[in-house]
Parts: sequence; C-alpha cells; structure tokens
Amino acid sequence: MQANTKQTEHKRNIFLKKIFGSQNFGDLIFERLTLLFAVFVFLLVILMGYEMYIGSKISIEKFGWSFLTNSVWDPVQEIYGALPIIYGTVVSSFLALILSVPLSIGIAIFLSELSPGWLEKPLSFLVELLAGIPSVVYGLWGIFVLVPWIRNDVEPFLSERLGFLPFFRGAPYGFGMLAAVLILSIMVLPIVASISRDILKSVPQSQREAALALGATRWQSTKIVLKDARSGIFGATMLGLGRAVGETMAVTMVIGNRALISPSLFDPAYTMASVIANEFSEATSDMYLSALIQLALVLFVITIFINAFAKLLVWSMERKLGTR
Amino acid sequence: MNPSKFFHIKRKVTSVIMMSLSLVATLIALVPLVFIFYYTISKGISYLNIDFFIAMPKPVGETGGGMANAIAGTLLLIGIGGVIGIPVGVMTGTYLSEFGNNKFGSVVRFLTDVLSGVPSIVVGVVAYTLVVIPMKHFSALAGGIALGILMIPTITRTTEEMIKLVPHSLREAGLALGIPKWKTTILIVLKTAWKGIATGILLGLSRAAGETAPLLFTALGNRFWSTKVGQPIASLSVYIYDYAKAPFEDWNQQAWTAALVLMLMISILSLTFRIVTRSKYKTK
Repeated sequence: MQANTKQTEHKRNIFLKKIFGSQNFGDLIFERLTLLFAVFVFLLVILMGYEMYIGSKISIEKFGWSFLTNSVWDPVQEIYGALPIIYGTVVSSFLALILSVPLSIGIAIFLSELSPGWLEKPLSFLVELLAGIPSVVYGLWGIFVLVPWIRNDVEPFLSERLGFLPFFRGAPYGFGMLAAVLILSIMVLPIVASISRDILKSVPQSQREAALALGATRWQSTKIVLKDARSGIFGATMLGLGRAVGETMAVTMVIGNRALISPSLFDPAYTMASVIANEFSEATSDMYLSALIQLALVLFVITIFINAFAKLLVWSMERKLGTR
Repeated sequence: MNPSKFFHIKRKVTSVIMMSLSLVATLIALVPLVFIFYYTISKGISYLNIDFFIAMPKPVGETGGGMANAIAGTLLLIGIGGVIGIPVGVMTGTYLSEFGNNKFGSVVRFLTDVLSGVPSIVVGVVAYTLVVIPMKHFSALAGGIALGILMIPTITRTTEEMIKLVPHSLREAGLALGIPKWKTTILIVLKTAWKGIATGILLGLSRAAGETAPLLFTALGNRFWSTKVGQPIASLSVYIYDYAKAPFEDWNQQAWTAALVLMLMISILSLTFRIVTRSKYKTK
C-alpha cells in the first residue's frame, strides 16, 4: 500500500515535471503567485494613467495643449485654462524649496557631521515626527495660527520694509501665496533633511579622515563630503519638489484658492492639487469633471517625471559610493 | 600679524560659524514642530472627553457632540485599505526580494518608488473614476481602495528590505534539509522577517489614517453612523478639514480635538512601529 502511494506520487511528480520543467511544483505556484501581485502593481500604475486619460478625454479633445497655456479658468463659461494654476503650483513649490533646502542641508550636516551619537537619534526622530504629521493638521494649524500671524505681523512688516518690490504689495489677507510657501517649506523640510542626512552618512568616513589629517577644519572636511554627495542631495531636493507639487490639504486650506497670476506673495493663488480638492465634488458638468481629471493627469505625469529623475540621481549616487 | 596665522584663525572662525549655522538650522526646524504640537494639544484637550468618542455630531447650530462615527469610519477605511494594501505589498515585496533580480523586478521596484511619489489626491481621482463612477455614488469602498493603493509602496519596500536582512545561511539551512524553496521562504524567511514586515504594515496604516485628500470625493463624509462599505462614510481627517473651514467656533474647537485624536492614533501606531523595530535591530 505504502509503496503504491509512493509510486503514484513519483509518477505524478514526473508528470508535473514534464509539464512545468524541472522545478518543484510548489515553488512554481509560489513564484507565480508572488509574480501575480508584482504584475498587479505594474498594471496598477499603468491603469492609473489610462483611467485618467479616459476620464479627461473630452477635455483633452476640446482644449488640447491650450489647456496648459490658456489663463482663464471659468467653470461657468466652461472655459478651462490651467496656466494660473500651473503658475501657482510652480511658484509655491520653488519658493518653498528655496526656503527649506538650505535649512535641510544644515540639518543634515548637523546630524551627520557634528552631533554626538546620543543627540543624533532623538533629533532625527523629531525631524521624522515632522514628516508624520498629517497634511490636514498642518492646514488646521495654518488657518488658526500661521495665517493670523502672517496677516498681523509678517505682511505689514514686509510691505513696510520691502514694499517697493512688487512681491510684497497688496492687502494683507493672510491667506495667500506667502502662507502656502511657508507651510510647504515646513512640510518639505523633513523629507529633504532625512534623505540628505542618509546620503551624507553614506560618504565613506575615510574621506573625512583624510581631510582632517591634512589639517582641514570641520567645515573644510564637510565641504568635501558635500561635494561627494551633491548629486544625492540634488536628488533629495527633487523628491522634496515632488512632495511640494502634490501637497494638497495644507495648501488648499491657506492659499486662498483663486486662479490668479500675480507677482505679489500676498495675493491668493491656486495649485493643481488644491483645485482638484476644492472643486472636484462640486463639478456638475461632464466637461468640468473632465478638466479636473485632466489636471490630475498633468499632476500625475509631472510627479512621475520628478520622482523618476530624483530616484535616478539617488541611485547613481549610491552606486558611485558602492553602498548598494 | 603673521599672515599664515591670520589664515589659520580665519579658517577656524569660518568653521565654527558654519557649523553653528547647521545647529541653528536644526533648531529652526524644531520650532514649527513645537508650535504644532503645542497648539494641537492645548486647543484640542479642552474638548477631549468621553462624549467625543461615543457621541454623534450635533446638527448645525448646536454645540457639543462627538465624532464616534468619524473614528469608526477612519478605522473602517484603513481596514479596507489594509485588506488591499497588505497582501499586495507583502507579496510584491516577497517577489522583489526572492525572484526580483531581473529586468521585470527592477521595473516593478521603480514603479513602486514612482507610486510612492504620486500625490494622494491623484490616487483619489483614480479611485473616483474606478469605483465611484461605475457605482454611481460615493462609498467607503472607494475611499478604502484609494488608501490601499497609497499603502502599497510603503509595505512593498519595507517587506523587501526586511527580507533582505534575513541571513542567507538560514535560507541555505532550510534548503539543505530538502525543504522546497516556497516552504523555506514562508516558514523560515518570512517568519524571521515578520516583525520588520509588521512595522512596515503599521507605518502604511498610520500614514493612511492621516490621509484626507483621497477621501474628499471617494468616501465623502457622513454626518450619521454608518459602517456600510457601499455608503459614504465619515472620517476624522475629512472632519478636521470641514470643521476647520466652518464659520462656527464650536466646530473649529472640535477640529482641534479631532486633530489631537488623529495624531494620538497615528502616534500609537508608529510608536508600536519604533518599539518593534528597535527590538528587531538589537537582535540583528
């Protein structure tokens, strides 16, 4: 009996081997099963782009490229031009990066080059904590703390001292580009700082030792480390840019939400993400909905490019240093 | 003064100044953190009572009430998200670490990175076109699917990294005993890496709990108690958004309390994350 079952099992194995090759049957199932999920993730990203393309088809057909260059966003007249929105997105993200990248690099230098071990861990934890606060809580804080502060202190001060510049003119509403830039720079900071810190730490210790042995000061050895890490830090900055471009809730809550191209930072503005958040549920016509989905598609494509570029930079950096 | 000495002092001074600046940068970064925590706790605590957890929101104009429905809604939404995100993330991570040393593996790895950078609002739009339009109404399912998609990259990456930490000798020991590879992977490799994978899952869940943008036009919101998957559902994060914009002071107050409760939920999740990872790295 025993021998019999063994024999049939053997026969079955030979049969399965004939079909599936020499692999173990269970291994094959397992590999194919995990592969299935990996394929799912692959298809998901493609499906996302496809769904948005289909959803925005009528808008794409009607407006074509003028969607990106027309500066009138008027849902009542059914005219959708995203230029002021793209302007708001680009300006808010870049200004936020200008504020936060130097700070982030400073933090990264402090954490990787200067701080003693016992201080580094809790400080890194605090910086990461900043990244863990939900966007909507930033927005809540923005509405009730940051915006009043900007309205009562920052904007009057700026218009008094620097009012001769076109950037600091107009009525101090509080809600506007300036508030969005400040809140975005706070939100981008932990990402750029923590990735830059990892990158600085991946520069071999021997680089620092060599510099110090030649009599370099701390700052001089840090400059050498920064030079080695520059493409990685640039990658970290791009990841921060990706986050800033797509940031939704906090920006929507403080930017004032008006499709306006104005040089003044005091004026309200609009970003792609905040338009979608604000207007999607009230989009009544098909064309309106389609235009909003097209905006999401544009945002999707932009963030994919930014992230892919950033990832390549960080990868090439890691490969160069041989940590991978 | 001797010029070389002057140069020496100048170098030293520059170094001290630049390094102090890096300390200043770190301190500046901590200011908003302190402020946000201070305001959330001090403003949120005044409403924090049992009612907040068990009572329903009051109609417009009445003060008081709680957010029991929103707390249940957030839990249900991240539950639905987890049902999608956890298996997909863990299996894809397993594929990438065990079988992913090929072109397709690199492509998938790259796409998970790309997916992690896609703004959450875009994922909300996709969930809208995928689920809300065919169903013809907003639903917890649509919101949960959006959150699930957002969890996938985090869980996939952590699973892959954690499996890679498992020493190769363990795998070889299993294979040497004649155990098939799939059993070795599940019973030895995944079991060893389980703690790390669990932390990745918790991280994914805690991030999803704070998401607002993808829920605005998928789960929408609901002023009544609902645990139906096919119906619109309330969530803490959307409540914070709505109540923060509302012109009623009482609602603004409740928004702070909701923020405090949400942050507490997230902290509990990520604290578990930190504790578990710490013990993980100690044994390493």
